[in-house]
Amino acid sequence: MRAATILARVGRAVLAILAATGRTTRFAAETLSHLVRPPFYWHEFGAALITIGWLSLPVVGMTALFTGGALALQIYAGGARFSAEAVVPSIVAIGMTRELGPVLGGLMVAARVASSVAAEIGTMKVTEQIDALVTLSTNPMKYLTVPRVLAATLALPVLVGVGDVIGIMGGYLVGVTQLGFNHAAYLTNTVEFLEFWDVGSGIVKGAVFGFIVALMGCYYGMNSERGAQGVGRATKSAVVAAAVLILAANYVLTGLFFSA
Amino acid sequence: MIALSGIHKAFGPNRVLRGVDLVVPKGESMVIIGGSGTGKSVLLKCILGLVRPDAGTIEVAGEDVTRADRDAFLSRFGMLFQGAALFDSLTVWQNVAFRLLRGPGKRPKAEAREIAIDKLRRVGLRAEVADLFPAELSGGMQKRVGLARAIAANPEIIFFDEPTTGLDPIMAGVINELIREIVVEMGATAMTITHDMTSVRAIADDVAMLHDGIIQWSGPVAEMDAAPDPYLQQFIHGRAEGPIPAVR
Repeated sequence: MRAATILARVGRAVLAILAATGRTTRFAAETLSHLVRPPFYWHEFGAALITIGWLSLPVVGMTALFTGGALALQIYAGGARFSAEAVVPSIVAIGMTRELGPVLGGLMVAARVASSVAAEIGTMKVTEQIDALVTLSTNPMKYLTVPRVLAATLALPVLVGVGDVIGIMGGYLVGVTQLGFNHAAYLTNTVEFLEFWDVGSGIVKGAVFGFIVALMGCYYGMNSERGAQGVGRATKSAVVAAAVLILAANYVLTGLFFSA
Repeated sequence: MIALSGIHKAFGPNRVLRGVDLVVPKGESMVIIGGSGTGKSVLLKCILGLVRPDAGTIEVAGEDVTRADRDAFLSRFGMLFQGAALFDSLTVWQNVAFRLLRGPGKRPKAEAREIAIDKLRRVGLRAEVADLFPAELSGGMQKRVGLARAIAANPEIIFFDEPTTGLDPIMAGVINELIREIVVEMGATAMTITHDMTSVRAIADDVAMLHDGIIQWSGPVAEMDAAPDPYLQQFIHGRAEGPIPAVR
């Protein structure tokens, strides 16, 4: 009897996960289908580009700067165990461009953007603004979701690129001021070591993470339940789902790009 | 103009509408009354296609709404929502001119703004309000802006969802008068849902009472007070005792 109860609970949980996956996939497919069908709301896209891209620059920049600096210190300390301190510039560069730039950038934007998008759209839903859009012959998916998803998909690669540069500069500053590296040698090592795909893979990851962040914000906002608690739950779920999906997608993409 | 036949709608085990039949003639102002949670808003949302009924047919001007071209169908409607549902990120004039700035009836920005200011004047708001954001307005002003948005594109049919809820009696009277004037002036067909009996007497040509998922009584507003229906009498006189349970 007890085993049957446990089995039933596990079954219900699995079904719930499958149903949620199905709903999210359907929402993503619907978003993509609206992306290629007019009308397109350029003004809303521009506004989303500023909110998601431009206004996320400080938080992504600060994250990258301190991460690059900390990475340099860690690699120096670890490398010293087998007299390999000289690898600091190259490992900082590859670590920032391939992994830490896109992942930390994605997570920071998830915290900032997925939460605000979910809260904004969730509030619009509970105050009947989404219904009002429909009565004004405007498709909420086209007006709210498509501009935000497209803006995040395009803005995050740029943020990742900027974050890469700032992160490498963070490592450079620590390397030159605290670890005794020659500034010209540090930069030369960095530039000569990096390959196009080190940077390119991070940029591609950025686009995928941007899509995930905005999609989760919109999905949970659109499906927000009534009241302040409902909006709060939608906001929390959007950030958690975006963060988990970013880390999962990062693993998949890294395997895809770099496995032998 | 609007004909509902056998409309059923359930949310899980909760059967909200159990066969609603109702006809709203062209140019008439129909007010639907009924207690909280009796499905009045659900009924309006079914007509607009915001909620899909489980069974029944809805026709507008003889056309089945499920088969009509969605954009063309919605372009005939204007709606004032209970909380006004103004878009926070847009200014007052952009809210009013929302439909005029997008879609097939798109107008140049300057012309749309002019129309919006004209509609704001029609609902008793000064032109200076046009550049404010909804959060800067009082509840009564937000309702008026919502009303201006509902009439901005000169719709044939206007829905009012609890137009006086949350307003003081004077502001409620102003909104009631505006609704009546605008509906008569535009020759529009109107459907209002409310439990404010002052609104009913000010706005309605006809009244329908929704109770237990069906239209319990319907008829001209002039006949409402003399109607023998005990449900209607309990509701319009606000009695705690009667066939409608006080605790639901």
